Amino acid sequence: MAKILEVKNLVTGYRGKDGFIKAVDGVSFDIEKGETVCIVGESGSGKSVTSMSIMRLVEYENGQILDGEIIFNGEDLTTKNAEQMRKIRGSKVSMIFQEPLTALNPVFTVGKQISESILFHQKMTKQEALIKAEELLSLVGLSEPKTRLKQYPHELSGGMRQRVMIAMALATNPELLIADEPTTALDVTIEAQILELLRKLREQNDMSIMLITHDIGVAVEMSHRIIIMYAGKVMEISETSDIIRKPYHPYTKALLESVPTMDGERGTELKSIKGSIPSLNQLPKGCRFAPRCPLATEQCHSQEPPLVAKDNRQVACWHVDKFINQADTEQGREGDYVE
Amino acid sequence: MLRFILNRLGQSVVLMLIVTMITFFLINLAPGGPTGAMRMEASPEERQAIIERLGLDQPVIVRYGQWLGDALQGDLGTSFNSSEPVIKRIFDRLPYTIELTVFTVIFSVTIGIIIGVISAIKRGRAQDHFINFSSVIGLSVPSFWLGLMFILLFSVELKWLPASGVGPRGEAFDLVTYLKHIIMPVIILSMTILPNIVRFTRSSMLEVISQNYIRTIRAKGAKEFIVLYIHALRNALIPVITVIGVLIPRLLSGAVITETIFGWTGIGSLIIEAANSRDYPLVMGITVVITLVVVLSNLVVDLVYSKVDPRVKNLA
Ligand SMILES: Nc1ncnc2c1ncn2[C@@H]1O[C@H](COP(=O)(O)OP(=O)(O)O)[C@@H](O)[C@H]1O
Ligand SMILES: [Mg+2]
Repeated sequence: MAKILEVKNLVTGYRGKDGFIKAVDGVSFDIEKGETVCIVGESGSGKSVTSMSIMRLVEYENGQILDGEIIFNGEDLTTKNAEQMRKIRGSKVSMIFQEPLTALNPVFTVGKQISESILFHQKMTKQEALIKAEELLSLVGLSEPKTRLKQYPHELSGGMRQRVMIAMALATNPELLIADEPTTALDVTIEAQILELLRKLREQNDMSIMLITHDIGVAVEMSHRIIIMYAGKVMEISETSDIIRKPYHPYTKALLESVPTMDGERGTELKSIKGSIPSLNQLPKGCRFAPRCPLATEQCHSQEPPLVAKDNRQVACWHVDKFINQADTEQGREGDYVE
Repeated sequence: MLRFILNRLGQSVVLMLIVTMITFFLINLAPGGPTGAMRMEASPEERQAIIERLGLDQPVIVRYGQWLGDALQGDLGTSFNSSEPVIKRIFDRLPYTIELTVFTVIFSVTIGIIIGVISAIKRGRAQDHFINFSSVIGLSVPSFWLGLMFILLFSVELKWLPASGVGPRGEAFDLVTYLKHIIMPVIILSMTILPNIVRFTRSSMLEVISQNYIRTIRAKGAKEFIVLYIHALRNALIPVITVIGVLIPRLLSGAVITETIFGWTGIGSLIIEAANSRDYPLVMGITVVITLVVVLSNLVVDLVYSKVDPRVKNLA
């Protein structure tokens, strides 16, 4: 299958007191046409920064792409100038965000905000754009689209706002849709509806989706492949079916164990591993996950493991073989690394 | 909407009562009194006669009651000094103050917003530092001093602009001469509100620029011009509008000083004349008019506010 996006060794930093602080440090992955890829990791892993780098929006927020390539449809986005990038943003690559209330401009109507998305990229009259906006609103499943056009964001519910965001993102038939935690702010039933909508739209429009979530449960439901990120690095990339069958990285396993059981609460903290994600100015010298990893050895604390191919996946762990074997022999035993 | 306006007008009436009452008692507590300021040579008996004729021997509370009764019928009394009705004296002068303040508001709001936006966009760079520095200077330099410096420079030294007066009116009116007369007063009066507008626009704009919806608009592929001047500015202006309402009383008190310096015969210089000559009815009349202007302009600001911010729909 052809690749729509290839991110190679992406390094993105934010201006700090003494030089750049790297929020994303050497991330590589790709997305195929028509594929849904999920990026999963705890809050602060650099998921949003990765997506903002692809959109080249980091430079408006005190950040900069320091190294690497972002090949979209065969063209390197990192070499585009502001105007070239503007034409790609919102037309070939669209993005939706976490907080649908604050992500919409409070002083403009829904109709104005959707139709301008169209008008930024296509030549048509305002009237025609409004008609298209109405169609988009029905496409994303909003009732009474004509009335909605005249409403302001605060007059809609959270789920409706997120549908408006999606309508806006679809305005110009993007080839890639980046969704950054689109359902985190919504309750579970609405979340399921929005995810279902995304799935349906992907099939209808033949686009690729890069879905960001801190909830590996959502990723498992939605994606063909999963990218596990931690503290600005990729830890594991694997087919979704493989990853649920058998994680190759201790961090992936921890994430999977954090998925709530039938009666459990959906937690954001990793219950099976102590500690928290390191802050960017106090990164460990070796593997970034080592301070929390039950398998960590001297080597893990001193040397950073590269992301290497293993079977059908990519893993960044010095002890991947040991980990796989251990998991095999101790299969079924819960809470392997609860201290 | 109508209910909101009526409600506000009701509040305004109460406010007007309180303001006039306080003013009335304060000027009557001041030492001297109108006869003390009279320049004519008058014997104590003559003074006493005048006091009785003006009703100044009555208790303050009774006089306030009389004043209020007359005022409610549209009679603000007769000026002690000129024996003309107070209303006439005020309306002779009011248009000049309206000219001055309207021009000042237009000038300060336009320039203030432009400079504030530039300052926000160039945050932390040389332009921003320069604007912040100038705002602090503008706020701290007294306007009477700056006014005199302007006169010295542009009128006395360079002889470009007239030092004083409102310029010829009526038949002799001429736009260029008019502008030459009004430009210095407008600039000096602007100094009382412009720095506030600049600083408020800047902080409002900075806050808006960091909002999530600005990121969304960029993600949609908007040109930077549209991001900043359509989406961001429209939001940033909402709080700026309230600040303009707050600044109007300050503008009017600034007008007193500015009009006096530039011999601009508006209501601001009239109030100085009235106070100096203890012309009580005139002072009271001007107080009523100024309070009315402040109250009405705040009402207008609130109405504009509700138009600009769709989240403020139900004013009632
Ligand atoms: N505008 C910014 N300025 C400075 N640091 C930032 C900025 N945005 C994100 N970061 C830092 O980058 C790291 C990764 O953030 P992010 O990509 O938002 O994480 P997440 O995986 O939760 O989306 C965090 O440590 C965050 O503090
Ligand atoms: Mg995020």
